[in-house]
This record gives sequence, structure tokens and C-alpha cells, in this order.
Amino acid sequence: MNIANILARKGSMAVTVRPEQSIREALALLDHHNIGALIAVEGGLPVGILSERDIVREAAHNEGFLMRTVGDLMTRDVITGQPHDDLPSVAHTMTERRIRHLPVVDKGQLVGIVSIGDIVKAQRDHYQGEVDTLQTQLLADEGGQAR
Amino acid sequence: MTQTTGTPARPLRVAVIGAGPTGFYATDHLLRNPQVVVEVDMFDRLPTPYGLVRLGVAPDHQKIKFVTTTFDKVAANPRFRFYGGVEFDKDVTLADLRAHYHQIVYCTGAQTDRRMGIPGEDLSGSHPATEFVAWYNGHPDYQHCAFDLTQERVAVVGVGNVAVDVVRILCRTPEELATTDIADYALEALRKSRVKEVYLLGRRGPAQAAFTNPEVRELGELADADVVALPEEVELDPLSRAAVERSQDRATLKKVEILKEYARRQPTGKSRRLVLRFLVSPVELIGDDAGRVTAMRLVRNELYATATGALQPRATDRFEELTVGLVFRSVGYRGVPLPGVPFNESWGVILNDKGRVLDPDTRQPVVGEYTAGWIKRGPTGVIGTNKPDAAETVECMFEDLARGAVLEPAQPAAAAAEALVRQRQPNYVSYADWLKLNAIEVARGRTEGRPRVKLTRVEEMLAALGR
Repeated sequence: MNIANILARKGSMAVTVRPEQSIREALALLDHHNIGALIAVEGGLPVGILSERDIVREAAHNEGFLMRTVGDLMTRDVITGQPHDDLPSVAHTMTERRIRHLPVVDKGQLVGIVSIGDIVKAQRDHYQGEVDTLQTQLLADEGGQAR
Repeated sequence: MTQTTGTPARPLRVAVIGAGPTGFYATDHLLRNPQVVVEVDMFDRLPTPYGLVRLGVAPDHQKIKFVTTTFDKVAANPRFRFYGGVEFDKDVTLADLRAHYHQIVYCTGAQTDRRMGIPGEDLSGSHPATEFVAWYNGHPDYQHCAFDLTQERVAVVGVGNVAVDVVRILCRTPEELATTDIADYALEALRKSRVKEVYLLGRRGPAQAAFTNPEVRELGELADADVVALPEEVELDPLSRAAVERSQDRATLKKVEILKEYARRQPTGKSRRLVLRFLVSPVELIGDDAGRVTAMRLVRNELYATATGALQPRATDRFEELTVGLVFRSVGYRGVPLPGVPFNESWGVILNDKGRVLDPDTRQPVVGEYTAGWIKRGPTGVIGTNKPDAAETVECMFEDLARGAVLEPAQPAAAAAEALVRQRQPNYVSYADWLKLNAIEVARGRTEGRPRVKLTRVEEMLAALGR
């Protein structure tokens, strides 16, 4: 399985902001879409990621955090995925580098976002399906012996 | 009104489109709900159920087809009906279904092949692998396909299950095939096959190949075909080696070991050769004056790591030419849009959220329409993967019923739907009819020592039912 398979089921929508927007606006977007991270874009390409954590970190010591901009708080060193990246590699990289959200770029265009939760769910469903299929085949063996 | 839907007096009426594994899993989840009385009508454009289990799974993999016994148990529920040979949009339209059902679930799978996108792809002698699969499995729509099995050299592009099935069927002896439920006409054609050399072509390395270890092992145990691998292609490159070691993936290590063993094997003089190639991509099919494929130009690939550490192929400047007279492509599948149902063109699936079909403009759920399986999430996973997938969709269906967000059909009675089908397609096949056909096929097989001998023409099936 690869990232494209996840985007096929969760849709290509990624909620984006511009770096110059305020944290207040960003929070409204996170709340409205019930998500944990926003992709900051310039010219259609991701330039940063703003996650709940980035905001919490600032809020913990700065009561005026709502007035900061997305560009102030976002993580700039963004790792992006491609639709054909396979899930085991992506899961490994996200776990190792503590990345929770991965913007997906195809042919120079932002085409979606996948979260570590999306990947865990996809892998769980995948293994559950394999177990089920193997069980059916074991039953076939037993059925064969019974005859 | 709607709050009473789902009771014995007013059952929740559901139309399932597509009788493949997902259709049955969805039906099973629907009928299992102890709180809601559900009636399911399942439609398929073919007279026979089971979808790709009957028409995709290879005939020499009967054990996988055993899953149909669980489908038969689902179908035995008195609240289930099968309308085989009834096509969505042709025999019954979306408007018809909306007039007779509270909910509709599309489980139509991924029906087309992806194209390679290279020059010469449409030369005569170049085919989608799925056409060959449908042909040897006796799919009524594909029995007239012709494949030039007088050719001695064949290339199969791709290393997924379908590609592996195709090379295996091409390499099996008539005696091996004669114990399977392969279509009779295909058995006859393959008996006369002059195929000597079959190439399986993977664009990445052995560690990235999608085929499973049992599938690879089978290729080394063919009765009359020697398996060949090139030592330099099965040796892991540093990136793949690091990835495999990091992930502690024992299955992949084992796979590479098996392939290395193949690379060490000496030919034993069997009459066919199956050559497994890695890190190559076709860039062009070359034809003769008559437009027939005669060769394939390949580029050698190398692997590189993307930002997420995934290994992808990149073309080098080294090319080679492979003389082949027959080419099957198996580089992925794609869903086909259903008329009137929102479709996501980029991913080849019905536009949906957890199985709820979405309006493309508002991105809000379309009341009463759902999807599950490959047409919902794309062609991934094994048969069983569709079970949790269908369960997720059915959960949404019950949630929506509880909120009263279902269609309000003018004619919700089961008898009304049956009358409609009878009028549009008098020759529809019920599940009882199918069980008769099944018994006939199995009986025909018994005399030949085969699991079944398939009925492959619709007229033949109807005749067997006395119509």
C-alpha cells in the first residue's frame, strides 16, 4: 500500500493557511475542520506545518500567542510525501522523526495530507484483512480433511 | 415516517450493486444488526455471483475460492435476494433504485487496467492482463478474446498477484491445468500453446515486489518450467538492504533468499523458461509492418530514496531490447465511474467519506448513497481487506438511519422491486437459480476430476435453467 491508497479514501483535501495569517485564524480553522495541523502554503507549495503542538508550545509562555502569525510558529523544515511512497517506509520515517502530519505533493502540487493515524488505520485494516483471508483458507484445509 | 424504518413492518430496504466479496461482506454486516430489520437486494450485471473470486482468482488457487461458502451462508438469509444479470443504469436506473430503496451501496470494484503510457502499447499482441484473466476464468464478456499463443516469447509487465497468476497459467502444463476450473476453451487454447519463454518484469527490486512468498515459491515448483533469475538483479542494492534490515521484515528477507536460490539454479531441461526480471521498465513496444508487437525496449532502473525514505525507480541510460510476440500489462487497476455517481478522477474511486458518497460541489453526503470495497478505497489488499472496509460503510448507514437521513422510496415493498426487475430483465437469475447452476457446474466437473466445469455463456446458463 502507498500514500495514494490513503488519499483515495480520505480525499485530497488539505486545509491550508498562509504564513502571514494569525494564530487566531489558524485556531479557528483547526477547530472548524476538527484537525490537528494546517499546511502553510505559498504559491501552492507547502512551506511549513503548523500543528496543535506548535501553538501549545507558544501559549505555555506567551499569553499574547493569538496575535503571532502562522509563519512565526510553524515548523519550516517540512518533509513531504509522494503518492507512490509505500506505507512501511512512510510509517518508519514519521515515527523516527516524530512527524504526525505529512503533506503530499505530486508534480509540484499539494494533493493532500496524511496523518500517522491514517497510516496506522490503513495498516491495521490491511493486516485484519490478511488474517481473515488466512483463516478462511485454513477452514478450507479443515473442510478438505473432513471430506 | 422514517423513524419507523428498520422494523418488521417497514424493513430498511437496501440495494447492493455488485456481487463480489465486498457486496457480500456489506450484506452480512447489514443483516447481522440485531436492532434493525434490513432487507438486501443484491444486483450484478452478470448472472453469477462472487465477482473476482469466480472471475479473477486463478483457477489453480481453489483454496482462496473457498471463501464463497461464507457468501452462500449470507445469501441463505430469507431477507436477502439476488438479481443476477441485472445491470445498473441499463436495466435499473439510479432513479428506479431511489424509488424502491432507502439506501444504495456501490460495490463495483476496479474494472479497468491502468495503461503503461508508452508508445506501441496498442499494437496487436499487447493486452491488459485482466483480459487474459477474465478469459481463462470464463467471464461471459471475455470468452471471445483471442491471444496469440503461437508466440514463443511473452512478457508480463508488473509483479503483483495478477501478473504472477498470468505467468503461472502460461507456464503450467495442460495436465496441471486440467485439474482446475479453468474455462474449457482456455484449456484447449493453452493445450496448443507454443509459449517457450515467459518474462515477468518488475520496475523495482526484489525487496519491493508485491508478490507474496507462497506465490514466489509456486513459481519454482512448476511441473515443466524452469525458473530463472539474474544474480545481479536479485542482489539487494544498499538502499534496499538498509530498509529491509531496519524493518526486520523477515518475509521480505525470505523472499530475497528464495529469489537468490532461483538465480543459482541450473536449467533442468524443462520445456519452458520463466525469467524473473527486476529493475526494468518497458519504454516502448516495437511492432512489425502489420502492427504486431515483435519486441519491447526496456530501460534499466536504479532505486533512490524519496524524502520519506520510500524507494522509487529512476531510469538509467542503459537500454535493452527483448524479443517478444505477446505482452500482458498488469501495472494497476482503476475504478470505472458509475453514471450519475460522483467520482474522484485523481484516485479512480467514488467520491466518498468513510463510505458515504459525497456531493462534489458541497462535499456533503448524498442522502442514501454509499460505497465499499475497491471502488471506495482503490484496488488494495486481499479479499478479506474488504470486510473491515464494508463494515465501516455499514456503520455509517446505520448512523444515518438513526438520524433519519435515508431516502424515502415511493415503493418500499420487496414485491415492488421484484416486479420492476421482472419487467426490465425477465431473465434475471435468483440465488436459487445460481445454486442450480453451481450444482450443474460441480457435477460436470466431478466426472473429469475437476472442482467444476464452468458455464461461460449467458445463454448456456439460461438454457441450463430451462429458459
